Amino acid sequence: MTRVTKFAARDPGPAARMAGFVAHLRDNGLRLGVGETGIALDALTHINATNPHDARRALKSVFTGCADEAAQFDGLFNSFWMNGGRVKTRVTATATPSQSENVHSSREASEEAISGAGDVSAPDGGDGEAESDGEGQLVATDVTNLFKKDLRDLVRPTDIAEAEKIALRLGAALRDRRSRRRKAARKGDQIHFRKVMRQSLATGGEPFALPKRQRPDRTLRITAICDVSGSMTVYSRVFLAFLAGLMRADARADAYLFHTRLVRITEALRDKDALRALARLSLLAEGFAGGSKIADSLHTFASTYGRRFVDNRTVVMILSDGYDTASPDGISGALIRLRKRGCKVIWLNPLKGWDDYEPTARAMAGALPHLDLFRAANTLGDLAALESELTRL
Amino acid sequence: MTWKTLQTAMAEQGYIASGDLAMALHLSLSLGRPLLVEGAAGVGKTEVARVLAAVQETQLIRLQCYEGLDAAQAIYEWNYQRQLLAIRAASEDGETGKTVEARIFSDEFLLERPLLKAIRQDKAPVLLIDEIDRADEEFEAYLLEILSEFQVTIPEMGTITATTRPMVILTANGTRDLSDALRRRCLYAHVPYPDLETELSILVTRYPDITDRLCAQIVGFVQALRKQELEKKPGIAEMLDFAAALMGLGVADLTEDPTVLQATLTTLLKTQTDRDAIPTEIAQRLAGKAA
Repeated sequence: MTRVTKFAARDPGPAARMAGFVAHLRDNGLRLGVGETGIALDALTHINATNPHDARRALKSVFTGCADEAAQFDGLFNSFWMNGGRVKTRVTATATPSQSENVHSSREASEEAISGAGDVSAPDGGDGEAESDGEGQLVATDVTNLFKKDLRDLVRPTDIAEAEKIALRLGAALRDRRSRRRKAARKGDQIHFRKVMRQSLATGGEPFALPKRQRPDRTLRITAICDVSGSMTVYSRVFLAFLAGLMRADARADAYLFHTRLVRITEALRDKDALRALARLSLLAEGFAGGSKIADSLHTFASTYGRRFVDNRTVVMILSDGYDTASPDGISGALIRLRKRGCKVIWLNPLKGWDDYEPTARAMAGALPHLDLFRAANTLGDLAALESELTRL
Repeated sequence: MTWKTLQTAMAEQGYIASGDLAMALHLSLSLGRPLLVEGAAGVGKTEVARVLAAVQETQLIRLQCYEGLDAAQAIYEWNYQRQLLAIRAASEDGETGKTVEARIFSDEFLLERPLLKAIRQDKAPVLLIDEIDRADEEFEAYLLEILSEFQVTIPEMGTITATTRPMVILTANGTRDLSDALRRRCLYAHVPYPDLETELSILVTRYPDITDRLCAQIVGFVQALRKQELEKKPGIAEMLDFAAALMGLGVADLTEDPTVLQATLTTLLKTQTDRDAIPTEIAQRLAGKAA
């Protein structure tokens, strides 16, 4: 048991100490105003303030505002009041924040811990050479040769958190579609006059209720198809993080992987635990970084999942470099078939980021006429830049 | 009253409050500030208010929040139908416009909703604003005004100031993020799942005639179950249902009959995936450990 801090004799009194404690809490990320100090002093007059446990509980209820802060508070209290005056200025936050599902707060007490959890972009153990998020360079990393890959080595929770933010923005860019028609709605912006008239009949022509109407949202839905064949390995990290983020940000999004065959990964990526999601994904992606059959995979998609999940309110996002062994006709055939369902097709090609890139890969050349958008994407930044393009789509 | 006596008084009413919660309630009462209680579903957040009302021997006024809740349903509403009837009747009696107007915008035609009702009581009631995170953000703004001023302005009648200050308890379980303004205006208490001893005493308080052995088994089992990967972890309410089910079936030992245990799991696990996640073998293993 630590003993109660002894303050210097020239210390001006309890009010100043409380102010010092509030400053200490502020240093540690709690958002407190001047008012709280007053309330805290007031609260201490209602309890036996000489008992440290009582004081701790009282101050806890005054100074904390969410579950994270409540969990952090005891440590902060101890470091100020209980250790002989040695005031820690920073608490060591845990690397994995305890996210309770039942407490939902933007006041994440552990933001600093997330940002400090490690380097984000060196899959090769950090010898300083390989930055996998460089602009369109094929870089040598020692991960390329591993055929059976554990995706957890490739993608980190921090990436997913970052990707989640981008995916949220992309989702919002796609979501803001309004129908021109107006429908009855509980919280509409216009009065639904026809309903007013009809309902007023029941009350002798006096309108009581004011039914409203509004333009319903016609949300677009993202369906992402990601190529994880050998030639794409360097970029997989970014794309998989993006997919994981997308799944977590948008409940209606859908995701698939393909190399030599097509796998639906939506369910796996929706796992609440980001790392476990990747572990499940690793199991699904047997043959990861092998050859690629783009045309076959797209055909499979168009004839199976596409018929169920793709409609005119879908954006199909293909993440691939377009290196295929089959003929270009196959790929254009598959795209034509997909387009017949009324969806938009976006192709994001990491190689397009290269300065002198020409879509000479035969498959890519065959696909070009059928795309609504063809863009470079090899970093999360590129994906973020898509936001403005998607709003115009 | 100190927080200890409050804790004891609540225990007498059958609610075992943790020290943190009792202190927060005590301060909320003595400082006259609203208390925000957060925690998982089924840990007894709503129950806090009910018990507090019982301890204070006062009325509990409850406002259940939901999406689309608006001021009319939460604060007050004019009884339009009656007003209309009154107008029709008045025109037949030949009453003048002025007197009719004064009459139809009086207390008689005002429908009190929970928030207005709470500030017009003779004895300060406990006002429970349940699941505030389900209500819209606009409503939160209304609420902030009432919680800081304790007065309601009705354009036709003027401002109604609180005769007594109700003791306000807000509960939330994370449907939506609450605004910082609301969090700052309230004292805060987070109610976690209870630890072993607390849960044991809760169970004994509710079912005094339960055997010690079964009691320990039930609580141990439920605590172990909460450590499993579940979508919806069983709360205290579920634990009590489970105990009631077992006692109703006359089970004396949790491990004695796997089929009964599996059948009674319906009281604890409320989704299909969770049922699938705990097959008979796992349930038996957990029960065996708890025994």
